[in-house]
Amino acid sequence: MSKDDALVIAGQTFQSRLLVGTGKYKDLDETREAIEASGAEIVTVAVRRTNIGQNADEPNLLDVISPDKYTILPNTAGCYTAADAVRTCRLARELLDGHDLVKLEVLGDQKTLYPNIVETLQAAETLVKDGFKVMVYTNDDPIVAKQLEEMGCVAVMPLGSLIGSGLGILNPHNIQIIMEAANVPIIVDAGVGTASDAAVAMEMGCEGVLMNTAIAAARNPVLMASAMRKAIEAGREAHLAGRMPRKKYASASSPLEGVIG
Amino acid sequence: MQVELNGAPTELPDNASLTDLINQMDLAGKRIAIEVNEEIIPRSQHTSYMLTAGDKVEVVHAIGGG
Repeated sequence: MSKDDALVIAGQTFQSRLLVGTGKYKDLDETREAIEASGAEIVTVAVRRTNIGQNADEPNLLDVISPDKYTILPNTAGCYTAADAVRTCRLARELLDGHDLVKLEVLGDQKTLYPNIVETLQAAETLVKDGFKVMVYTNDDPIVAKQLEEMGCVAVMPLGSLIGSGLGILNPHNIQIIMEAANVPIIVDAGVGTASDAAVAMEMGCEGVLMNTAIAAARNPVLMASAMRKAIEAGREAHLAGRMPRKKYASASSPLEGVIG
Repeated sequence: MQVELNGAPTELPDNASLTDLINQMDLAGKRIAIEVNEEIIPRSQHTSYMLTAGDKVEVVHAIGGG
């Protein structure tokens, strides 16, 4: 992809439009290999108590996914209130030496992991005032998306479908409406199941796609990471190229003149 | 004295600093962040910050997540 077609978030420039999570991998080696294969530059991590997710003999995630190499995007996944999400972001900022780009995600219930919009709006307001650059996970409601942008979020990230569902983009029309009104990057976050889903999001004109399970839960995560990288690039190029109009009837590709017989 | 560490009652020597706690947890040199009673205590203050009985301490790190 051309160098001048960069993804810009809060003034920072990225060549890759694929953002990836680090959850659900078999081990840290697989995490590292998949993320390298994805070509992603922005990588999400979770913030948890030190007695969780830690094997004494294993290196720390940030030793494998180095903040020197990647833009680390701490997320607030697992938080169900604005207060917990804000605390998590403040801990992340301390953890990452003042790094202030965060993924805000305030969930509604465990069965759907659907965003709790009331709490999300409250947390976004507090975090923006506190100097955070907030990339926010939300539903596909165009009014809420616009409100989050107006509050100062640096990217709005509507779901394609439920987190970890792999059902793809279930309401492309809403995503389209959100994009038409947006002045910040719209990144589809959640729902992608396979490469074609990612390509569809990019063909529609999304600025990027954030995914985790689609790669980590594939039979071969490293190969799927590579597939996603290509799908994102193909979808972006197709969007920039502009697709042909749909027609009801055939239009011959070969000249009609000079046919023998 | 007893503090609440990551949600669990934990016994610490009196006058323990955050650095003492970090050492007791075997986390010296690790990339962590600490909150005491819902206030972030910056890394630069870990040595001078003295814990008090009943403090609620959260010690976090980054793990895999989406």
